[in-house]
Amino acid sequence: MTDAMRAETVQFPGDGGDTIEAYLAQPLDGPPTGGVVVIHHMPGYDDGTKEITRRFAAMGYLAVCPNLYYREAPGASPDDAAATARAQGGVPDDRLVGDVAAAASHLRALPTSNGKVATIGYCSGGRQSFLAACSLDLDAAVDCYGAFVIAPPPEGLPLKVTPLGDRAGDLSCPILGLFGSEDQYPSPDEVAELESVLTDAGKPLEFHTFEGAGHAFFATDRSSYRPEAAVEGWQRIADFFVRHLATD
Amino acid sequence: MCTYQTTTLGVSGSGKGARGWFPLTDATVYFDHPVHASAEHTLNIDLRNPERGPDSRVAVELDPDAARALAEAILRTLEAVPQALRTAARSV
Repeated sequence: MTDAMRAETVQFPGDGGDTIEAYLAQPLDGPPTGGVVVIHHMPGYDDGTKEITRRFAAMGYLAVCPNLYYREAPGASPDDAAATARAQGGVPDDRLVGDVAAAASHLRALPTSNGKVATIGYCSGGRQSFLAACSLDLDAAVDCYGAFVIAPPPEGLPLKVTPLGDRAGDLSCPILGLFGSEDQYPSPDEVAELESVLTDAGKPLEFHTFEGAGHAFFATDRSSYRPEAAVEGWQRIADFFVRHLATD
Repeated sequence: MCTYQTTTLGVSGSGKGARGWFPLTDATVYFDHPVHASAEHTLNIDLRNPERGPDSRVAVELDPDAARALAEAILRTLEAVPQALRTAARSV
């Protein structure tokens, strides 16, 4: 086994059969392995998210990040695409689930897949990772500081999101939640309520809140980056995926 | 934190983007993480023409104090212009 990997832009049918673009990274050799669907943050399908996708391949997993804004802005720069999507109220939930299902199927069809797939999402993608895990048959899910899972968004915003607390009973897999104590979206109270709702529903969960960190502490290209929280968070993700994506 | 605080409105006028001047039809105003400015949060404005594509956009990310000063300067400037000129500008 070497540490060689391949990373490239691919296309496949997403929700409703629409062609979507995605960034796929995979180890070039090695034993069958699990897959990770990376759900990008609200600022879009950007260099930072592609770097995260490659990191999962370096960890030995098949990883794919669908461009959730491809329909509105094919070929656009990530910031222009994100501006377009924001003005339209974000990605509709049904379409998100369809696109993640397509990405998971794409991973499972790869010759080195062991059939297991997890999702991980950041910012708005954290909520979407939870949504996907409540809607699809997955092996693990990670929610990195996703807002509006429990609390409704402020009134008057064009954002098309609704709280998902009533979906907790549908969660199909163990969930890892990574949050910052200084974040307000989601607030520590919202995180505590989500933990309570999941516990009441009998769902396996592992939540960590990092002191001194706010929203987007994994984002290395932003001033919100908090190295201690990010390093510890990456370790938690690695441990979680070893437990839930390993070949049976 | 990601505030998601966003307001959208229709506008008319022109803006200069990456491909030159174009007519503006829409604006989005939001307070959230910037793409480029070195601050955790900024007041962001996108002046856009969606029909011409995602890159028909003039974007700014402003320090909150700068954004307020700019907004006040815009209002002061408009208020200093005689009403007849503002009306005439709309009818050109």
